[in-house]
Amino acid sequence: MDGYVIAQQLVNGLVLGAIYGLIAVGYTMVYGIIGMINFAHGEIYMISAYLTAIFLAVLLSFGLNSVALALLLTLILAIVFTGLYGYVIERIAYRPLRGSNRLAPLISAIGMSLVLQNYVRLSQGSRNQGAPALIEGAFRFGSDEHFVQITYIQSLIVIVSLISMGVLTWIIQRTALGRACRATQQDITMAQLLGVNTDRTISLVFVIGAAMAAVAGVLVTLNYGSFDFHIGFVTGIKAFTAAVLGGIGSLPGAMLGGLVLGLCESLFSGFVNTDYKDVFAFSILVLVLIFRPSGLLGRPAVEKV
Amino acid sequence: MHPSSRAFLSLVAGATALFAAHAASAAETIKIGVAGPFSGAYAAFGEQQWRGAEQAAKDINAAGGVMGKMIELAKGDDACEPKQAVAVANRLVDNDGIVAVAGHFCSSSTMPSSEVYADAGVLQMTHGSTNPQVTDRGIPTIFRMCGRDDQQGVVGAEFVINTLKAKNIAVLHDKTVYGKGLADAMMAHMKSLGLQPVLYEGLTQGEKDFNALVTKVKAAKSDAVYFGGLHAEAGPLVRQMREQGIDAPFVSGDGIVSEEFVLAAGGPQYVKNVFMTFGADPRRIAAGKALVEKFRAAGYEPEGYTLYSYAVIQSITQAIAGTKTTDADKLAKWLKTHGAQTVMGPKSWDAKGDLKVSDYVMYKWNDDGKYEQMD
Repeated sequence: MDGYVIAQQLVNGLVLGAIYGLIAVGYTMVYGIIGMINFAHGEIYMISAYLTAIFLAVLLSFGLNSVALALLLTLILAIVFTGLYGYVIERIAYRPLRGSNRLAPLISAIGMSLVLQNYVRLSQGSRNQGAPALIEGAFRFGSDEHFVQITYIQSLIVIVSLISMGVLTWIIQRTALGRACRATQQDITMAQLLGVNTDRTISLVFVIGAAMAAVAGVLVTLNYGSFDFHIGFVTGIKAFTAAVLGGIGSLPGAMLGGLVLGLCESLFSGFVNTDYKDVFAFSILVLVLIFRPSGLLGRPAVEKV
Repeated sequence: MHPSSRAFLSLVAGATALFAAHAASAAETIKIGVAGPFSGAYAAFGEQQWRGAEQAAKDINAAGGVMGKMIELAKGDDACEPKQAVAVANRLVDNDGIVAVAGHFCSSSTMPSSEVYADAGVLQMTHGSTNPQVTDRGIPTIFRMCGRDDQQGVVGAEFVINTLKAKNIAVLHDKTVYGKGLADAMMAHMKSLGLQPVLYEGLTQGEKDFNALVTKVKAAKSDAVYFGGLHAEAGPLVRQMREQGIDAPFVSGDGIVSEEFVLAAGGPQYVKNVFMTFGADPRRIAAGKALVEKFRAAGYEPEGYTLYSYAVIQSITQAIAGTKTTDADKLAKWLKTHGAQTVMGPKSWDAKGDLKVSDYVMYKWNDDGKYEQMD
């Protein structure tokens, strides 16, 4: 086996895993704080892809000729707008149901996902949409015949994911907002009694999760150039798997889960068989859950008294 | 007679009259179902289908309809999903009371739904389902307006081997009835010419990242890639190939015959050296010249399956006019003996419901991101 091929598959898996990890953060944070799965999260990512294409088109048509600046502005705008979506979704689909049994918000989340998918389909059309390839080229290592390459966009994906994860970890560990999040996660009633505005904190978690999905949406749109209203589904399920694999509720777990899943898929697909790539990925998930039910980095749930 | 029983009788009479009136109004139009992927990732093909069918119904009605009745279309959206296709088929048959159906598009939808139509005695004609099994299962009332994958695959294989002179061929597919069927047909012919593929694998529909597979294609030193599948996956696949430095020709079938393929690939710079098989461009056929102009004047380019769909409605209508019934068996018998005059020229069918003449040719995508027939 050619060393370049192995290295190339590792690069492929790393990039894929970075995206899964970014989206998995949204699942894991929402689960951490209110103990439910936000099944509309994949749709947030899909919406971000649309927003990216729209913002890029608008910015570039206004004569903004610096690609770097256009990308930065697009990223910020996408985060703002997608964050708004996250906020509104929480207000409509989850807050009114808080305190009801666990099934109700689960169903409303699935409903929300269908609403968003079809709302995008009706407003934007069901066709494939495309974004122009803004950044082309790659870093290549090796000879002309045999080389490992990581395209500029792929490197951007890895770097931006690392930065986003770093910023997020800093927010959760070091800021007052993060402290409120951790307090709410530990015990929502107690946090409330001690003066934490838990409603605002929960909204904030949805907004943060959406912002991370927004980053993923921007990066993926740049990388693959094509998307449709349906991309949130498969990617959402994969990211959810990554979150569970890493230990749902754990932030580093989401990143690790994403990487493990991305690498598993890539290596299995590259060296065994693409047909059964998903079978393999989900078998890993099942095995991890059997032998380590709380995921790779998750702590077993402690009964709160 | 007791007054109340008289009232009851008149009520019954009234209801009967109402029912009769309703039945009469229902019989004033001839309903034809149009089933296909009007939503979902393959909605582009659904749009081509609907444009064609809608225009055909409009033109036929403007010319006086058929047997003095107007044609009415009932739309059924299967999103290219087999389960939804069966639900749509049941709805079209039970609620909409269709007498014939144009569709479905995806072979994986056409096959399960065809059993519903066959049971209900509804004639079915698909404009784009190319899997051999569609007609090979022996349903007497199913037809197609397109070729078969075992014909398409042969043309594709001949092209890859004889024209491109490729030796290390990677055969990929999307694991669907259509995509895998086409790839298998291609591979069967390739093997009969004494060539084994260097790679044969399936990717997952709905995903966008095929980099791992592409690296594998590269490691296998493939000098041509054959893909059985649709444009939504073909686009990212070909782009990722080019990005990883594989310039080998990319050959596919009629699943990418939409300008959306370029969009899915991320721009015309990625679709160089891409080829596909498709029926001879119907827009070039003299019979359809006026219609093509009409579509273009209305600002719509009748690409891909638009004219196929138009021709399906034409054929069904001609059979109804020819037999003066809507009985599926009689319609089928009539079509198999008479054929139809369509916007794509005269068409005739064999005993299975396949076209007697299939006309697959190679197309090439050019630098502007348009496809053109190769001569």
